[in-house]
Amino acid sequence: MIGVNKLEWMYEQMVTARHYEERLREEYLEGKQPAFDISAGPIPGELHLAAGHEASAAGVCAHLRDEDTVTAPHRPHHVAIAKGVDLKRMTAEIFGRKTGLSKGKGGHMHLFDPDVNFACSGIIAQGVPPAVGAALSAQKRNEDSVAVAFLGEGAIDQGGFFESLNLASVHDLPVVFVVEDNEWAISMPKERVTDVENGAERAEGHHMPGERVDYDDAVAVYDAAEEAVMRARDGNGPTLLELQVHRRMGHFMGDPEGYRPDVDAELAHEHDSIERLEARMRDYDVDESELESIRERAEARVEEAIEWAKEQPEPDPEEAYEDVFSNPASGAVEGGER
Amino acid sequence: MADSERELTMSRAMVDAIAHEMRENEEVFYMGEDVADYGGIFDSTQGLLEEFGRDRIMDVPISETGFIGAGVGAAMEGMRPIVELMFADFFGVAMDQIYNNMAKNTYMSGGSVEVPMVLTTAVGGTYNDAAQHSQTLYGTFAHLPGMKVVVPSTAYDAKGLMHNAVRDDDPVVYMFHKRLMGLAWMPAPAGPKTAVPDEDYVIPFGEADVKREGADVTVVTLGLHVHRALDAAETLADEGVDVEVVDLRTLVPLDEETVLESVRKTGRLVVVDEDYRSFGVTGEITALAAENALDDLAAVERVAMPDVPIPYARPLEEEVNPDADAIVDAVRAVAE
Repeated sequence: MIGVNKLEWMYEQMVTARHYEERLREEYLEGKQPAFDISAGPIPGELHLAAGHEASAAGVCAHLRDEDTVTAPHRPHHVAIAKGVDLKRMTAEIFGRKTGLSKGKGGHMHLFDPDVNFACSGIIAQGVPPAVGAALSAQKRNEDSVAVAFLGEGAIDQGGFFESLNLASVHDLPVVFVVEDNEWAISMPKERVTDVENGAERAEGHHMPGERVDYDDAVAVYDAAEEAVMRARDGNGPTLLELQVHRRMGHFMGDPEGYRPDVDAELAHEHDSIERLEARMRDYDVDESELESIRERAEARVEEAIEWAKEQPEPDPEEAYEDVFSNPASGAVEGGER
Repeated sequence: MADSERELTMSRAMVDAIAHEMRENEEVFYMGEDVADYGGIFDSTQGLLEEFGRDRIMDVPISETGFIGAGVGAAMEGMRPIVELMFADFFGVAMDQIYNNMAKNTYMSGGSVEVPMVLTTAVGGTYNDAAQHSQTLYGTFAHLPGMKVVVPSTAYDAKGLMHNAVRDDDPVVYMFHKRLMGLAWMPAPAGPKTAVPDEDYVIPFGEADVKREGADVTVVTLGLHVHRALDAAETLADEGVDVEVVDLRTLVPLDEETVLESVRKTGRLVVVDEDYRSFGVTGEITALAAENALDDLAAVERVAMPDVPIPYARPLEEEVNPDADAIVDAVRAVAE
């Protein structure tokens, strides 16, 4: 039975992530209205926001420690927040600033925070094999850390995903595959491109447990993830979870979503994981003032991070040539790491 | 305005050719991610679903190895698939189908097998999409034998090259630059939107186009940088330097004659590429000139993406992606 402190922790991650995405949307659209020009405004590049995905990250990361590894796809902010990635430096990275996590080189799809073992990749499903590798390291070193790979439902048709399931299964690796099913691979509905309605069924062919959690339900995610993470930590191998989430802000900012029926977009707003969790917390006699104070704290933290990020300097152009290699000197490594 | 004088964006011209080929030949079909209802993330299939339906404008799962390989198989059966790889950067998940099957099956079969497939793909940066979504990778595809590689820089060329690509019996990689397509959300420079005839026409592969004639310096380039080179040429004209701009249009086959003719005339060569500097287009064109026109060659400069993954922040991407000023500087250096 989940404790009230865990509910509050999840709630705080979720309202932080929601407010973060809402604020980033505002910042991103600055200079892009009425005519949308991807090169205008304070935030460079594409922006894939995760509003409506919050329950997944919070419910899973509630069971993780700093040393556990998490990989995320191109829609990573909510996962990064729940994993404890430095919010200020992450925000500075998204704004393309020198003090960002990657000195402005990576951007919003390529966030790396080694302090909490978080990484992401902008290529579909390609964050999954490295999570298997992190799990392999834990197994080889006889450590009880685990790895979690987050991916979208569109990614479960990708070869790298299938190969990772098999590899993890054959070696009983401590990894949890977390599929966030928002039903849309950009403009392609799941039913058009994927042969299973329930992605967790893909577990069966790889001899691992698979479970689907519906309704953006953070508590149900928490319960499912608890079992999966414990199974991994105890050395009993991988699990595949598919979690229903909803896409509230389009595939990327500027996505006209002309392909999406209005009723579907409306449904995404009706299924609000945050409201659902609030109702659950009221059952636990958490009062409104407590919810309010969590929200205020979360919003203040987001505002502080955005304000800080915008004050940071841009990188100097010549920094573009640094960091291609960690050891740029040529030749043999004398007395190098062993 | 007569139909033949209508101006089209590059994406409309490309779609125009595809639609024509699909009307003419039922064996032509198009598959890729988000090509049906969305019309292609970069407008490469706008409006085609309405005319041709889902059987011929196919959305496919995010399974590049599967659907690009399926394109190879359908082409070997004699169909004429056009298969879209959303970003050239994504080739990594499916390269085996591209370079070991699509490109080699004709040769490995001793010529008994044809692979009449077109692989369309979006390339290029300038909009801060960072290291995994901004590459051109021209040199990578052109390096590997067995695929024809096409890079249009204008609407007129985009249409003629697409007609030729679909009709060609060999695999063709058709690389369209995002910044040139004329997207509402990513404004193109002035050059790529051109007059495009209504009727079909082909631009044969292996014919470079001299986009501007000049006597003093040859600039050889392709894609977006054709337009940056033309801008640079305008600036340099004011200084009395007469620049010739050669648009390669196809890398495989390569029009060596047009390049060499220009180099023999000017004696000064600048090669401009949005791909990485080392082991790529700039080195290849420079070697071509050195091997065949060394006596005429007074000076050479290369302008290219330095050998770093493409960074995200604006000042960093602007630093690495060569602009018109970088071309001006290089031309001045060889003109001295």
